[in-house]
Amino acid sequence: MEDLKKYIAEHPFFENMIPEYLDTIVGCASNVRFNAGDFLFREGQTANQFFLIRHGKVTLEIYVPSRGPFIIETAEAGDVLGWSWLFPPYRWHFDARVQELTRAIAMDATCLREKKEADPALGYNLMQRFARVMEQRLQATRLQLADVYGNPVAHSR
Amino acid sequence: MLPQVDPMLPTLYQIEKVTKETEDTFTLALNPAQTDGLPPFQPGQFNMLYIYGVGEVPISISGDPAIPRTLVHTTRAVGTVTRAMKQLKKDQQIGIRGPYGSHWPVTEAIGDDIVLVAGGIGLAPLRPALYQVLAMRERFGKVVLLYGTRTPEDILFKKELENWRKRFDLEVYVTVDRATGNWYGNVGVVPSLIPKAPFDPHQTTAMICGPEVMMRFTVHALQNRGMATQNIYVSMERNMKCAIGLCGHCQLGPTFICKDGPVYRFDVIERLFDKREL
Repeated sequence: MEDLKKYIAEHPFFENMIPEYLDTIVGCASNVRFNAGDFLFREGQTANQFFLIRHGKVTLEIYVPSRGPFIIETAEAGDVLGWSWLFPPYRWHFDARVQELTRAIAMDATCLREKKEADPALGYNLMQRFARVMEQRLQATRLQLADVYGNPVAHSR
Repeated sequence: MLPQVDPMLPTLYQIEKVTKETEDTFTLALNPAQTDGLPPFQPGQFNMLYIYGVGEVPISISGDPAIPRTLVHTTRAVGTVTRAMKQLKKDQQIGIRGPYGSHWPVTEAIGDDIVLVAGGIGLAPLRPALYQVLAMRERFGKVVLLYGTRTPEDILFKKELENWRKRFDLEVYVTVDRATGNWYGNVGVVPSLIPKAPFDPHQTTAMICGPEVMMRFTVHALQNRGMATQNIYVSMERNMKCAIGLCGHCQLGPTFICKDGPVYRFDVIERLFDKREL
């Protein structure tokens, strides 16, 4: 348990989290390991966890019929993966496929939801952390949509 | 009295090699057709390349400044001149004027960590800076190259990137905006690489080249890491015509990009950077 607490405290997602909160959430955590080709989760499944990646690489994908998987983003050590557990109906919207041996901390969603409902200050702290990740991903997605490397027609020479 | 040289007069160069980099991007290696070539260049500078009867375009130099006789230019076939340029073959001749403009502050950055951030074809103008850094590698701290492109098929200088990645004294991170399932690299925008890149933000010189939107987000990410704007350099692109600060085509506020740029220290250009119509 102490090891888990140390890993969680050292993960950038939980940077500067106060020890009382760490003590609370560590009870929802478990160490997990995945091999290349495994799925952390698949689109449509119940979102009952999120993951703090400690090592390895995971691709977030959407499957396009007749074209195959389309990679939206990659997550590596230091990243957090999954926020569908926060909002009903608690279903994953994408596939998360392991590209190389990946070690992570899995956080149990039911357990965490109960704890954050019981302690609104902890809930607020968690939501702030997730909101920051969402904001960063939204900005990145907007930049991807802008297709900034597309053909510069306006200044064609 | 020395005869005056006409600054608009190109020097003849002969094509040594044409290399297809991606579907629409190619590299020309050129040697002087006569004995004398152009003066040596600094990393980040550009030349004006002239195809007779078609037109003249500014293109950054992407070769090694330690080999100044052979000029290397990488560009994308997007307009009349560059499309004609893509069709050129070995031994054909073009006219070149240059080198022009400001340069990357490689020697000024000695003692610092170096972060080069390239987007798309922006890797081409940064490559000479990396050559120069690697030529005196022991004089710098960490050296990091962050490179983002649209798709894996758009990655420039693939073999060279692979060789750079094999080095123990250079950190190379490549990311693409989109990919399919057979890509095993990163997917995400290039500014997202900055929070985890290994450099000391208080002792780093950053050089950025790519589309302006990408550079804007990259500057923000570097500032979030704690970098000061006076240690960040960007390369600007505008419609350069004369390349000697006369015609005004590339004027950006009070500066002419062909003469005062294309490389600017960010705090010098910052107030013009967000202007939408200049």
